[in-house]
Amino acid sequence: MKTATRGIRSVKTTLDQAILHMKDITKLFPGVKALDCVNLIVKRDEIHALVGENGAGKSTLMNVLGGVYPHGTYTGEIIFDGKECVFHHIKDSENKGISIIHQELALVPYLSIAENMFLGNERARAGIINWQQTRAKTTELLKLVGLSEDPDTLIADIGVGKQQLVEIAKALAKDVKLLILDEPTAALNEAESDHLLEIIVNLRAKGVPSIIISHKLKEVERVADSITILRDGATIETLVKGQDDISEDRIIQGMVGREIKDRFPARESEIGETVFSVENWSAFDPVDTNRQVLKDISLYVRRGEVVGIAGLMGAGRTELAMSMFGKAYGKKITGTMTKDGKPVNFNTIHQAIENGVAYLTEDRKTAGLNLISDVKENISMANLKGISEMLIINKSKEIHIAEDYRRKLSIKTPTVHQIVGNLSGGNQQKVCLSRWIFAAPDVLILDEPTRGIDVGAKYEIYTIINQLAAAGKAIIIISSELPEVLGMSDRVYIMNEGRMVGELPKEKATQESIMRCIMQSSRGN
Amino acid sequence: MQQVQKKRKFEFNSRQYGMIIALVAIIILFQFLTKGILLKPLNVANLIMQNSYILVLAIGMLLVILTGNIDLSVGSVAAFIGATSAVFIMDWNISPVAVLFISLVVGGLIGAWQGFWISYVRIPAFIVTLAGQLIFRGLTMVILKGQTKAPFPDVYTSISAGFVPDFITNITGPIYLFGKQLHLITLLVGLLLSIVFIVGELRKRREMKHYGFAVSSKLVLTLQIIVMVVVINLFAFWLNQYRGMPTVLVLLGVLVMIYSFVTSRTTIGRHIYAFGGNAKAAALSGINTKRVFFWVYVNMGVLAAIAGIVFAGRLNAATPKAGVNFELDAIASCYIGGASASGGIGTVIGCIVGGLIMGVLNNGMSIMGISIDWQQAIKGLVLLLAVVFDVVNKKNK
Repeated sequence: MKTATRGIRSVKTTLDQAILHMKDITKLFPGVKALDCVNLIVKRDEIHALVGENGAGKSTLMNVLGGVYPHGTYTGEIIFDGKECVFHHIKDSENKGISIIHQELALVPYLSIAENMFLGNERARAGIINWQQTRAKTTELLKLVGLSEDPDTLIADIGVGKQQLVEIAKALAKDVKLLILDEPTAALNEAESDHLLEIIVNLRAKGVPSIIISHKLKEVERVADSITILRDGATIETLVKGQDDISEDRIIQGMVGREIKDRFPARESEIGETVFSVENWSAFDPVDTNRQVLKDISLYVRRGEVVGIAGLMGAGRTELAMSMFGKAYGKKITGTMTKDGKPVNFNTIHQAIENGVAYLTEDRKTAGLNLISDVKENISMANLKGISEMLIINKSKEIHIAEDYRRKLSIKTPTVHQIVGNLSGGNQQKVCLSRWIFAAPDVLILDEPTRGIDVGAKYEIYTIINQLAAAGKAIIIISSELPEVLGMSDRVYIMNEGRMVGELPKEKATQESIMRCIMQSSRGN
Repeated sequence: MQQVQKKRKFEFNSRQYGMIIALVAIIILFQFLTKGILLKPLNVANLIMQNSYILVLAIGMLLVILTGNIDLSVGSVAAFIGATSAVFIMDWNISPVAVLFISLVVGGLIGAWQGFWISYVRIPAFIVTLAGQLIFRGLTMVILKGQTKAPFPDVYTSISAGFVPDFITNITGPIYLFGKQLHLITLLVGLLLSIVFIVGELRKRREMKHYGFAVSSKLVLTLQIIVMVVVINLFAFWLNQYRGMPTVLVLLGVLVMIYSFVTSRTTIGRHIYAFGGNAKAAALSGINTKRVFFWVYVNMGVLAAIAGIVFAGRLNAATPKAGVNFELDAIASCYIGGASASGGIGTVIGCIVGGLIMGVLNNGMSIMGISIDWQQAIKGLVLLLAVVFDVVNKKNK
């Protein structure tokens, strides 16, 4: 409550100078309140940072502002440049001068910089493009962001850092009044990041304010004039440089300052011997084979133990899991792997499964389920041997087993012949879990097991995980939701930038300690 | 629970039988339009022999389409196989039986060649098989030097143009019914198939009961059995009125049975459907998707070889223009039969029914004297309508 009054006081003093005022924005998704009366005020002469954990609602808020979620699908007001705005489409907000630069860049790789710069906004008369003007304008705009590339260079031929700058120049081409950057430096190295931040500061001097969404709090501390913290879809506070303490510690406190209620079922852990471990595990990017993605990682997991892996997006957690799962990800993988005390080496996913390792993907729609097939076939998919003899499938047995899992995991579906694409997210996830339980693994790697699932189904999935641990499985949970990692794990590993940067027992693991561990390791970079 | 099970069974049946109903409707329509010529025993035998090679290709094409791809080369491959067999037999004097085996191997190798590029080098199937279409058409003309090669020996042509010899009559002597001599082997096969069907249904029922599932009532089962047995035996009797079973019908029947079984009842089939439904998910479930993809094309090559042999045998010649547009008919058969262009959906029976719908349209319109040009246009329209119907039907669900 205290923080709310602070918010109101600052409203009065700054409203006239505000370029943007988002008032009481509430956005509902089926079963989830993604934004709950969020307020955001951005001044005409500032760099405003928006921070919060994964899932705090930052991207949702920006999508509301950008017209991705059209007017009417949320409640609240958007006042931009002194006028109330109603955006039905992304174009509407762009036309007002709001430019969002997303993490995944919206550039066409095999078109030139100049072509990309004016894509959809071509310098043309009667549909005929004036290439001279296009090139000249491009060179001019590139200069603004400190680039001296030839406008005819293909986007695919310049690095990510420069692509980011081209995106900014592209926004400038459209007469931008407010620039929004979502994790602009996530894919950049130190020098590139510095350059980008410098450009943003320069733009502020030229009268273009910006909102930056970032996990890198040291950058936020450096460039932001004010910082709005979101948590669980609500505005927690806005810190102003010069008035408030904007140190990293202060920001982290705001980001995670929440108590964990009874969101996780209790479990008595009975931990046995080590079942699975890797040592000095390294891997390189499968496309850019010079980029090392995983660096000297060691981890182990014991019978009946739930181990969490915490980290920010892009920390390399999924890559680690998939590289261990029959080299489903990565090139030039090195390191040793041990299963049940014996050294093993899985070259294919099939071998990994045969040796009792299972991996539940974070992306159940594109990599987990066969959405056009039914519940039973999705359950049996990883263990066809279990329902067949001499390659011949016993369909009755398959139905029988699927029915069994439907009951045990209470999958809400009329029958096991239901097409999986018609089920809700929570039930789809239960189908995925059934598949891996039926494959009878000793080690289960669960990647974001509750992503996009409503609270009730989450609790059920936590219960299933606890039952599996109680049955002696070794479980690794990868999750971007810190409370989930803390609530479920006996032990927590912390990953950042492809390294294991910390390991904390349950007692010592808190949101603060984990966040601090991540931030400190970033700083040491 | 029991009710839910039963309801589903009915839905499943109505969807499966939809295509068969369409086929029956088209048959009745043309039976009427051709003033009864369509279903004359002679024409029925003709219909089977005329469409056999397309149906063989359609079976292989179904597996390819299940993976979400197509194969544009099969017509050229069939022609190539016809040409190589002609050279082997007529110029090199290799025994026809050996040539049949060699042809299957050559077909498999061609499939492996294309499957290698598609599956392991990840070249789009459309491009690889378009290249294959040109390559093997070109090689066919090179081998045949642009000329037609004929004739083939009897052993070779009997597969597609012959009838199953009635060796039972040879033992028992001729038997007559209504003044016509009975073709005993045909009737016997009909009878055997009836028994296989009944035993299969009863076994399925017992297995379902064993696992505690609801089964259809005895009355429904009896009716099902009676209908099937009547259809099978009537068909056998009908063929019996002309010269008995065409040999190629046996070949087709065996292929349909094998491929139906493989696709619906084996892990191999399941791998193909899973690959087509979501290749990433299949791979992450431990399925060797590259191997599946590769073998689907090898299989297509072998079936294209069989189609090539059947076509050359029926023509009793190898010609440079053999098999032109066969791939399109095979692809159309699959789509009409309910296969999905994006993969993962389709059945062998469906593609056969789709092929027969096209075949009956062709045959019926030819009897009516409709020109080839119009036939093409009408077939195209039927293909479009069939798929539109399927898509709209799914949207409404």
